Amino acid sequence: MDLSSINPVLLIASLMVAATPILLAAIGELVVEKAGVLNLGVEGMMITGAICGFAIAVETGSPWLGFGGAAIGGAALSLLFVLLTQVALANQVASGLALTLFGLGLSALLGQRYVGIKPPPTPRLDIPLLGDLPVVGPILFGHDLILYLGIALIAAVWAALKYSRAGLILRAVGESHDAAHALGYKVVRIRILAILFGGACAGLGGAYISLVRVPQWTEGMTAGVGWIALALVVFASWKPWRVLLGAYLFGGITVLQLNLQAAGVAIPVEYLAMSPYLITILVLVILSKDKSRAPASLGKIFHASH
Amino acid sequence: MKLTALFASAAMVLGLATGAVAQDKTKIGFVYVGPVGDGGWTYEHDQARQAVVAEFGDKVETVFVESVPEGPDSERVMTQMALNGADLIFTTSFGYMDSTINVAKKFPNVKFEHATGYKTAPNVSVYSARFYEGRAVQGHIAGRMTKSNIVGYIGSYPIPEVIRGINSAYIHAKKVNPDVQFKIVWAYTWFDPAKEADAAKVLIEQGADVILQHTDSTAPQAAAKAAGNVITFGQASDMSEYAPSPRVSSIIDNWAPYYIARTQAVMDGTWESVNTWDGIGAGMVGIGEISDAVPAEIKAEALALKDSIAAGDYHPFTGPIRKQDGSAWLAEGEVADDGTLAGMNFYVEGIEGDIPN
Repeated sequence: MDLSSINPVLLIASLMVAATPILLAAIGELVVEKAGVLNLGVEGMMITGAICGFAIAVETGSPWLGFGGAAIGGAALSLLFVLLTQVALANQVASGLALTLFGLGLSALLGQRYVGIKPPPTPRLDIPLLGDLPVVGPILFGHDLILYLGIALIAAVWAALKYSRAGLILRAVGESHDAAHALGYKVVRIRILAILFGGACAGLGGAYISLVRVPQWTEGMTAGVGWIALALVVFASWKPWRVLLGAYLFGGITVLQLNLQAAGVAIPVEYLAMSPYLITILVLVILSKDKSRAPASLGKIFHASH
Repeated sequence: MKLTALFASAAMVLGLATGAVAQDKTKIGFVYVGPVGDGGWTYEHDQARQAVVAEFGDKVETVFVESVPEGPDSERVMTQMALNGADLIFTTSFGYMDSTINVAKKFPNVKFEHATGYKTAPNVSVYSARFYEGRAVQGHIAGRMTKSNIVGYIGSYPIPEVIRGINSAYIHAKKVNPDVQFKIVWAYTWFDPAKEADAAKVLIEQGADVILQHTDSTAPQAAAKAAGNVITFGQASDMSEYAPSPRVSSIIDNWAPYYIARTQAVMDGTWESVNTWDGIGAGMVGIGEISDAVPAEIKAEALALKDSIAAGDYHPFTGPIRKQDGSAWLAEGEVADDGTLAGMNFYVEGIEGDIPN
């Protein structure tokens, strides 16, 4: 065992990168669920975002256009979910699952020409003085912009839900769509916007995997991250900062356990391998003892004639 | 009611019609553990499937299902293939072993071919490649090329095939570099690019400048490329898109001749349950071109090692070799028997850490 070979600064810096795709997808899904819609298609929207972002970044040479394209791609796929659940009033669970399957297939099709290609590198934030600070530099100032955007999104969603009128209306729609409708709010329109936002966030998260974390395109490369993001929203009791905590815990322990393995720590590998899931769930379950509950209208179909 | 009945009978007629046409064709099913575009393991199996189609043309019909999880799901997929009239089914991952045996019992007339397993039945053959021969060549290059003397190894699952590879690579790295140390990380997945990339990054952060992988995607190659000054080896497929550096060589699985031969055997009615385990000599394991990033001298040594293995002059597990706990395994000049190799569940002397159960 040789713990000294683990560099804590590099560890924290890489856990932030590992956590960002989950974080982006989860914060989008949180807004969707707060509006009373359960979209199980996160995985499908992520992988679609991953290939859209990758393809556009490769074709244009600009990672930023790639991320923009990923957000649009994810949102475009979620439009299908909108059509099914908000217009055709189909079952949300079934539609979401279908969206995942469709997204996986569509991305494989779109990605056929992009296997084995290297994307343009995403530039890191390069602040002359701050980036050179010994410990804080690599942790706080050494990342790419999307990572900061993820954290900013958490703060923005939290503030918007808590303090803004728009956030209040969104929550009202999610708690009781009938009451919100009676008050004159456009329930369907608000939900459509929330779903599109969720799709865009999931798309960004997917592109973060294909452009920054791995960086390459491989079929099925999200490998279940979307499902983890979904679970995280529930375990985080629909609270933005807990989503951040959960994503960092999960990303952190995933990276940490690999570090411990490589350093030869005498903990059986099986325990290390399951530890990210176990510890994240445990911490968030303990935190959620404060009677937080799901939005009351979550997953229910709304029709104005009711 | 009448309409549905009409449709149903129309569908039945169609079904019968296609059934009649299909009778002349040999129908072959393939069960894949990853997507065909993984660039590694499953990609090569699918290349071999396409080779079968190219060889027999209209005489065969192939179907495949990709990304099938190991476990009950795979049993369902195989059953479906057998019910749809498959004559021969290739199940291409170690974890399909018990499912293959279970389904084979239910369909005695369907032939099954299970990759990398060890359980056979009258209608189940097993086939695998002696990847450890290729690992010996990789280990040699790794031992000669490393400057930090730390070699990172990304394991998938702690099964004999993977452990054999680790041992073989270690023995040959140690031979040319007594100071070499292996850091082994178990990813517990065959295919998860993000996790594989993380594992590669962790190993690089901890000082490894050579990464060997036994997982299926090219993600570790991308991570090594981003880090710079790290060399890697293509796994299962050539992964030449990462040549000349970081990818300096590769192990290429070549299943096509075997798949064609077995398909022919089913057509001729000469199919029998066999246990095939071929290596470099028979062409089932290929060594991808050693790139210019490797000095000519080391390249020549590696090729000489490859040739002596191919010719049968040298076996990668030749004594004296001790087990990790120091107990004797192979005496001077003794060569490991296939039985021990097939069930290998121990590290050789010098490797640190325990094998997960």
